[in-house]
Amino acid sequence: MIVADKKPLSELFENVEGCKRILVAGCKSCVAICLVGGEKEVGLLAESLRLFSDLNSKGWEVSEYTVERQCEKEWVREMHQSVQDIDAVVSIACGVGAQTMQELYPDKRILPGLNTSNMGAPDEQGIFLEKCGGCGDCILHLTGGICPIVRCAKSLLNGPCGGSQNGKCEIDPETPCAWEQIYDSLKRLGRLDLMEKIIPPKNWIPSRSGGPRKIVRPEAVLTPEEKETKEGIN
Amino acid sequence: MTAEIGPPKSANPEIVRRYARLLREHGDAFNVTDNQTAIVRMSSFASALICLQEGAEPIMQMTCRDRNRIALQSDLLGASALGVRNVLCLSGDHQTFGNQREAKNVYDIDSTQELQMFKMMRDERRILGDDELEEGPKMFLGAVENPFADPFEFRVARLAKKVSAGADFVQTQAVFDMERFERWMSAARDRGLDRKVHIIAGVVPLKSLGAANYMKKKVPGMIVPDHIIERMRKATDAKSEGIRICVEQIEHLMTIKGVHGVHIMAVNWEEKVPEIVEKANLHPRPPP
Repeated sequence: MIVADKKPLSELFENVEGCKRILVAGCKSCVAICLVGGEKEVGLLAESLRLFSDLNSKGWEVSEYTVERQCEKEWVREMHQSVQDIDAVVSIACGVGAQTMQELYPDKRILPGLNTSNMGAPDEQGIFLEKCGGCGDCILHLTGGICPIVRCAKSLLNGPCGGSQNGKCEIDPETPCAWEQIYDSLKRLGRLDLMEKIIPPKNWIPSRSGGPRKIVRPEAVLTPEEKETKEGIN
Repeated sequence: MTAEIGPPKSANPEIVRRYARLLREHGDAFNVTDNQTAIVRMSSFASALICLQEGAEPIMQMTCRDRNRIALQSDLLGASALGVRNVLCLSGDHQTFGNQREAKNVYDIDSTQELQMFKMMRDERRILGDDELEEGPKMFLGAVENPFADPFEFRVARLAKKVSAGADFVQTQAVFDMERFERWMSAARDRGLDRKVHIIAGVVPLKSLGAANYMKKKVPGMIVPDHIIERMRKATDAKSEGIRICVEQIEHLMTIKGVHGVHIMAVNWEEKVPEIVEKANLHPRPPP
């Protein structure tokens, strides 16, 4: 899932300055799971905006809407009516959701309400850990199911650096050393031989270094005729 | 016998010149650090050239933190062209330790891959991606290993990995825990690594009790046993005791089978290196 964190309210108050009618737009997917962008959080943020407005005589009119998935146009279109008379949308979906909003409503100011952080997972209630760097060329089969690209502070591919001690990373005594975890995992799996093999320099083209990425599933792409038919149905 | 010359937080070449002149008779080569602990200093490339001008043989350190494969390969060619003959490949201290905490790090490749890449450039006159070099770099390739980091059982395997990647010599993290170092050396000998690579053991002379405690508690991947701390605590003259401990460590290290040399890291205490080398009876140095 995509993990995000709240932007400070002070930053949001500043960003909506000059707008009258504000829509807080949430998403019921990842950001709801990480407790920053679901229906409940939309309500809380809208209340905060109203309170700030009342206390400071801003005269803001704040409305709320939460869609199933803000990253998909089909769901975002649902909001069509609610967005019409709005000056600004504070999107508390991830950065993907906010951009989908901007694409569908190009004349509206879409303001990010979250800081999107990473692809991670809940570790325990209220704690979310980064797991995947989306490098585009997965090597988990070589590293005992633990990703060194994001879980090692230096993205090392050939074992722990000299700063790994007592299972912790040199940058922070709270952070586990990913390569110690990889070592332990490969040991459990009886595959320590993999620790001895040199992993060659990584091809970063499938990663961010190759520019914005595009994945095409040809079997799912519609022909112009099919697109027309689909629009007719909708 | 190698030692370290830390480039200054300054554009003044005289600081490097002074250290080079001071140390050149007392070591065979000198590590020129590459923005150590991620603090901005004069570059290792420029400092290495200043050392050359002063007749001190530099070992240019090159971390993977700040340069991608394009810059690393390019700088290696440049360094070779200007007479640098030794390079030390290392991943580098993470930027959060230094004075540029908000920097974006590079880590395009890691230190093992860096060794492999440099070896290919030197031996096969090829760069990554197979383009040919008209003339390859002339470089003696160095690696680092830390017998005191974890997991301990992997530390010798990692050395083996660096040897097969191309390391001609290996410098270790500072040895204080002699027992652990001996275990590591013994495992290295079992794999025949001492015959494939020149293992140079690191030492750090302690300037004070505070320095000893700092290294024990704050430097990642460092083990300083209590008996060393005790000696520093009891000493009436901590500086002399620090030198004494260092000389004893060197004498001990030289008796360990497979140890090929000693690397003195006298951080901000470079002027003491000649004294240490002389007291350890390692002076004069043989001609190159």
